[in-house]
Amino acid sequence: MEIKEFFKPKSLSEAFEVLNANSNNKIIGGGAWIKISLKKVDTLISLEELNLNYIKEEKDFIEIGSMSSLRDMEVNEGIKSLASGILSQAISNIMGVTVRNIATIGGSVMGKFAFSDLLGVLQVLDAELMFYHSGIMNIEDFVNMTKIPKDILLAIRIKKQSGKGYFKKIAITHLDFSILNIAITYNEGIKIAVGSRPNIAIRARRTEEFLNSFKIITEDKINEAVDIAFEEIKLGDNSRASKDYREILMKTYLKRAIREVM
Amino acid sequence: MKIDLIVNKQKKTFLIEPNEYLLDVLRRYDYQSVRRGCDNTSCGVCTVLLDNKPVPSCSVLAIRCEGKEITTVEGIADEAEKLAHYFGELGADQCGYCNPSMALTVYSLKQENKNASVEEIKNYLVGNLCRCTGYVAQHEAIKRYLGDES
Repeated sequence: MEIKEFFKPKSLSEAFEVLNANSNNKIIGGGAWIKISLKKVDTLISLEELNLNYIKEEKDFIEIGSMSSLRDMEVNEGIKSLASGILSQAISNIMGVTVRNIATIGGSVMGKFAFSDLLGVLQVLDAELMFYHSGIMNIEDFVNMTKIPKDILLAIRIKKQSGKGYFKKIAITHLDFSILNIAITYNEGIKIAVGSRPNIAIRARRTEEFLNSFKIITEDKINEAVDIAFEEIKLGDNSRASKDYREILMKTYLKRAIREVM
Repeated sequence: MKIDLIVNKQKKTFLIEPNEYLLDVLRRYDYQSVRRGCDNTSCGVCTVLLDNKPVPSCSVLAIRCEGKEITTVEGIADEAEKLAHYFGELGADQCGYCNPSMALTVYSLKQENKNASVEEIKNYLVGNLCRCTGYVAQHEAIKRYLGDES
């Protein structure tokens, strides 16, 4: 990787100004995937002096500063209590402790990595992203944007929620990226996201609506729901798995996931 | 450019490039126990402690470590010696290439949870690969080391 300059801003306004001064100026999160995501940068902006490394528990929500490490999130008691600990569970399956000590939630979100295990989980938890310039944005709207905004992610806010949660990562080895991941929560209604398809995680809105229209979910309804999921969630091939294999995985694990939370 | 790092409790000045990783800088300055493996965060043999937390030095830009504490296996020599004793006792050691990184991660686990079960040991060490041993003897040796209060 080629970096012309390295810059540690002392204020958010300074960071925002430098970020937008040149299209090839970039913010670094934890840097765990920097070798695969950045090749040439004019000014690399590092946010560690801006007090964005915190996890704050309020009455109704948990706020996670964008420079918080995945490891700090994984062991945080408040985060462990969200929807059966779905977020902590998903994090604990990402690489090893050493990588989770450097990887940040800000980098994981802003990278919009197709293999991400967290973007689906954050969507079923209805997380909100707090940006310096753009204000508050729902995570699903962010995922659906075609372009990543040239903005600074300050924090992620997740409403406190009990209910059930289930996350499944299917990978060739523990240290590998997912070949499919499924995140599902059931609180007032069911929420489902499927990621690493191999494209980025998306919500299965029609499948959710179908399941949420019944008071009692039978096996027949689960089978019908999975058929609807196949209509709206597009699967594909990549070097890790074929579309056919992903279809088998989704059929099996989506059923299991629904049974697990209902 | 120049940066100051505190390596094994000694403050030193290093000449670096902005795109250099901590692994490359440490090895260039003869910290040879910090080893190169996959160079992409997968194998863990480049592990050092950064402000007391194990990190893959192959993926940490050296410039971001300005003023921070770096610990290599030499900085925990007494603890590494104890672990080596149990590794030897149980035949948990073969080529030894991963030993410095393994010792640092195990040391860190001991700070966090000295009562870790074998399952917790496995989970904590999942990012530190060993190509020789098959892990079973290592996990038992680590369990004994964690219980060593001496």
